[in-house]
Amino acid sequence: MAVTGLLLIAFLLMHMFGNLKMFIGEEAFNHYAEWLKGLSEDGGILYPILPAGWFIWIFRVVLLAAVVLHIYSAAKLWRRAEAASPSTYEAKRKLAQTYSARTMRWGGIILAGLLIFHLAQFTVHAALTNGSFASTYQSSAYKMVVGEFSQWWMVLVYAIWMVAVCMHIRHGFWSAFATLGANTSPRAKVILDACAWAIALVLFIGFMMMPVAVLFGWIHF
Amino acid sequence: MNVTLRVWRQANAASEGRMVTYQVQDVSPDMSFLEMLDLLNEDLTVSGEEPVAFDHDCREGICGMCGVVINGTAHGRGNSPVPTTTCQLHMRSFEDGATIDVEPWRAGPFPVIKDLVVDRSAFDRIIQAGGYISVNTGSAPEANAAPVGKLKADRAFDAATCIGCGACVAACPNHSAMLFTSAKITHLAMLPQGQPERKLRIKNMIAQHDEEGFGGCTNIGECVAVCPKEIPFDTISQLNRDLISSLFSRDGK
Amino acid sequence: MATTTKTPPVTTYFTVGAEIADTKAPAGPIESKWATRKFEAKLVNPANRRKLTVIIVGTGLAGGAAAASLGEAGYNVLNFCYQDSPRRAHSIAAQGGINAAKNYRNDNDSTFRLFYDTVKGGDYRARETNVYRLAEVSANIIDQCVAQGVPFAREYGGLLDNRSFGGVQVQRTFYARGQTGQQLLIGAYQALERQVAAGTVKMYARHEMLELIVADDRARGIVTRDMVTGAIESWTADAVVLATGGYGNVFFLSTNAMGCNVTATWRAHRKGAYFGNPCYTQIHPTCIPVHGETQSKLTLMSESLRNDGRIWVPKRAEDCDKDPRQIAEEDRDYYLERIYPAFGNLVPRDIASRQAKNMCDEGRGVGPAVKEFDHDGNERFVRRGVYLDFADAIGRLGKDGVAARYGNLFDMYAQITGENPYETPMRIYPAVHYTMGGLWVDYDLSSNVPGLYVTGEANFSDHGANRLGASALMQGLADGYFVLPNTINDYLAAAPFPKVDADDPAVVEAVSSVRERIDALLAVDGTRTVDSFHKELGHIMWEYCGMERTEEGLKLAISKIDELREEFWRDVKVTGVNDDFNQTLERAGRVADFFELGRLMCVDALHRRESCGGHFRAESQTEDGEALRHDDEYLYVGAWEYAGVGEKPVLHKEPLVYEAIELKQRSYK
Repeated sequence: MAVTGLLLIAFLLMHMFGNLKMFIGEEAFNHYAEWLKGLSEDGGILYPILPAGWFIWIFRVVLLAAVVLHIYSAAKLWRRAEAASPSTYEAKRKLAQTYSARTMRWGGIILAGLLIFHLAQFTVHAALTNGSFASTYQSSAYKMVVGEFSQWWMVLVYAIWMVAVCMHIRHGFWSAFATLGANTSPRAKVILDACAWAIALVLFIGFMMMPVAVLFGWIHF
Repeated sequence: MNVTLRVWRQANAASEGRMVTYQVQDVSPDMSFLEMLDLLNEDLTVSGEEPVAFDHDCREGICGMCGVVINGTAHGRGNSPVPTTTCQLHMRSFEDGATIDVEPWRAGPFPVIKDLVVDRSAFDRIIQAGGYISVNTGSAPEANAAPVGKLKADRAFDAATCIGCGACVAACPNHSAMLFTSAKITHLAMLPQGQPERKLRIKNMIAQHDEEGFGGCTNIGECVAVCPKEIPFDTISQLNRDLISSLFSRDGK
Repeated sequence: MATTTKTPPVTTYFTVGAEIADTKAPAGPIESKWATRKFEAKLVNPANRRKLTVIIVGTGLAGGAAAASLGEAGYNVLNFCYQDSPRRAHSIAAQGGINAAKNYRNDNDSTFRLFYDTVKGGDYRARETNVYRLAEVSANIIDQCVAQGVPFAREYGGLLDNRSFGGVQVQRTFYARGQTGQQLLIGAYQALERQVAAGTVKMYARHEMLELIVADDRARGIVTRDMVTGAIESWTADAVVLATGGYGNVFFLSTNAMGCNVTATWRAHRKGAYFGNPCYTQIHPTCIPVHGETQSKLTLMSESLRNDGRIWVPKRAEDCDKDPRQIAEEDRDYYLERIYPAFGNLVPRDIASRQAKNMCDEGRGVGPAVKEFDHDGNERFVRRGVYLDFADAIGRLGKDGVAARYGNLFDMYAQITGENPYETPMRIYPAVHYTMGGLWVDYDLSSNVPGLYVTGEANFSDHGANRLGASALMQGLADGYFVLPNTINDYLAAAPFPKVDADDPAVVEAVSSVRERIDALLAVDGTRTVDSFHKELGHIMWEYCGMERTEEGLKLAISKIDELREEFWRDVKVTGVNDDFNQTLERAGRVADFFELGRLMCVDALHRRESCGGHFRAESQTEDGEALRHDDEYLYVGAWEYAGVGEKPVLHKEPLVYEAIELKQRSYK
């Protein structure tokens, strides 16, 4: 749970950083996208250590494994918790748990659902909502992103998704480090909590900057 | 003052339970919560009804026998200004005329025996799995032979104050007994006497914890919030650190 | 002055039997007795031990330690407790510390000095040989507990810290914050659970012993009630050990746990075991006072509070309900400083306790007025509390200075009373804390019933008429870890004894007597609750058999107890059935035994016409009102033999012989 979670957070940070290339321009962004896939002229990332195009598939397999293992562990924890709770309290009152901690499970399901949509939209191009990749967007990743995010409701959907993701990370980041043994003192908890908030905010702002910029026309065709 | 109680009544483990409402009159604010239940039980007895069963013994907050969920929080922590056991919660923490919900610890590994009484023998079995230092009577070396740095001794002590009441399990949304287990792990891990069995101990205790059907820890912190002895949250991380290092150790395989 | 012609003479309450001549302590100098005994005791071959079964009742320091140690030795141990886990035993509540003659402080301590202090503290009513052995094994206890992981207080160098405790002048007390008992008990509990896992000890929690099985003049087993299902079961063994603690709850209000009771030892007493010095109880001066009639227990605060607090009551009764801060200095009576100028607020426990009671009896007590009954049974309201004032100490040390010394106690007081002791004076009152009396045992900790051993607070042996601070934990662990495992083998060497089956007449008799008693309790179906009887008994005991006793009062108490006991069996209301989790039934059985014990305590107190230890006998005082001991008449242990309900108990005297220590009369003026 902790290891896969942290791996996914690392991926998100990288993904966010890549997205910001949208601000540089179409060429830079598209080059970055092709470089990742090994389609660029120089053979892309990690070429020639790996043959061109291999990296992206290894990367995808690792990420998929992380997601599957993450969900598997979560399901197992959930099942154990259910088995340990034969009945619920008539009166319910929580003293310590945060909204993020309480919503890890259902929140996780919601964000997993939106992840599938996100992949179908931008990776597989099967669920584009404002045109087709080949014709409307002339096979430019940059144009595709701009086209999709120029719809206000799409930005809203992504904002909601990012809230869910970042809340998940708010508890998940601290919890992962606690599980790995890093919560060594009350002070360490304060620091880990602060880091968790920071990462969650950075990811939210970093991911939302670009769609908002598109919506307001600062990034355009 | 007068209070209205809604108390969980359940005849035995096999039967269904339900909340039953009682009025308790002439409650003094200086009474402990359990003395208020005594008062209810005296009334019930005189009227020929069976009194409410609840566990209690020392009534000074150290034996760990008492424990009920009051208004949704273990030991009524939500009503108390300070960490407390049920026996040290006083009626001055409640308003006159208040309605108070009283329920047993609810967790699969703590089956209800009757009313508010649950079976916590799972905790004993976790200790049996390794929560000790193997030393036979008579074979101990001189007490000052192994110095223990004061800070480590203090940390061992902080963890060793656990009274095994089970509030952590009752409050945990996962019904995990990780705080209880980690308190013992940390207590013994901080002391030189605990080192020879350290790796083996954690594997065995965690295995027993899971075997008993407690849930997994997701670091929510509800356990720490209700703990009457303020067992530190970081004991759980201590446990995790030791567990991870034990997985890379041949010791105890 | 107190002898009246109206009441019968003391001798009508008991008869005198044969003296106890031999306590089985070996001959020779006191320093070598224990070594001699260990050498002379018969041994049990390790291979044979698993064929021998020992029943141990109780899981506190004495019982848990014994169960763990005998399990380690290889015996087949059956261990019982009434709580839901062995870790709950009331040893857990001891706060202060544990003495040991380690002399880590290089301050003239030694085994002999610990021995001497303990005998002197017990006001020369303890058996010399047993106490010497206690001091001798005390150092081993600390070694054992440290090896188990007990987190004793340490200094920065990593070595064990000591403090002085209970008025002694050496620093020999080991402690673990204010929770020494808890940490020692958890150590014993862990050792016990290790043996449970190893299969040498079988643990039966929520099982209450209700009868002793004596077959062919040997203790061979017990009858228990499963407190969850109500099942009455018999268990047989080669020997039985009772480690069931003290009986302070006969007073209803005490610092004992709610479940502490006398039933196990009383049932053994009824089966022939002598009860030693039942009237010896320790009353602790600094407890949080009673708030009202619904009070269920009292909480102790460390006596160390008297080091800096000043005790007073208003000079005039009409000031008693005033805010204490409004009472002028000249209207306050610092009575301990007035009566005992040399010792002031640091007079011994019993004096501090007795004077607090006297002030309240005069009508100068403070705090809420609590309902009680006078000698004629009339209802009255009396304020039971005196002030313990830290205003001077706060002025001298500052609030932080006081908080550093007593912060945890102040917090505890604030939590229980809702008052801030930094601003208003604390209220304190004495409460029953420990019972020195218990089943009579010899040097081997064996009762006079062969095969029945008694350890810890349940026996009478080591504390005489008053227990020295920080020695209860020491005695429990000494008995459990080191004494019993080296003496019980002498008896078990002759075992296994002939098997006792479930249809043996002794077992059948024991089981059916338990059933009959339970049926009788359930059949009364009267109108009064068990607690109401228990409280009334407690009032009688506290009033007449508490800190100050008179012949007249004790005789009155005996007749009141007899009446109340009869009323109990006529009018008690026990709800529910046996075959269920039934806490009312549990309490009813315990209270029924408390009546019989309470009566014996009064008879013992009545016959002992001397003031000694914590017990002030009004007819035995010096001209200036201080306790007067009578070594010429009462230098013996009073061991009582049961003769039946309503029959006169038989007194067997065990003369106390002091060879190593000279007898002295104490003085605090």
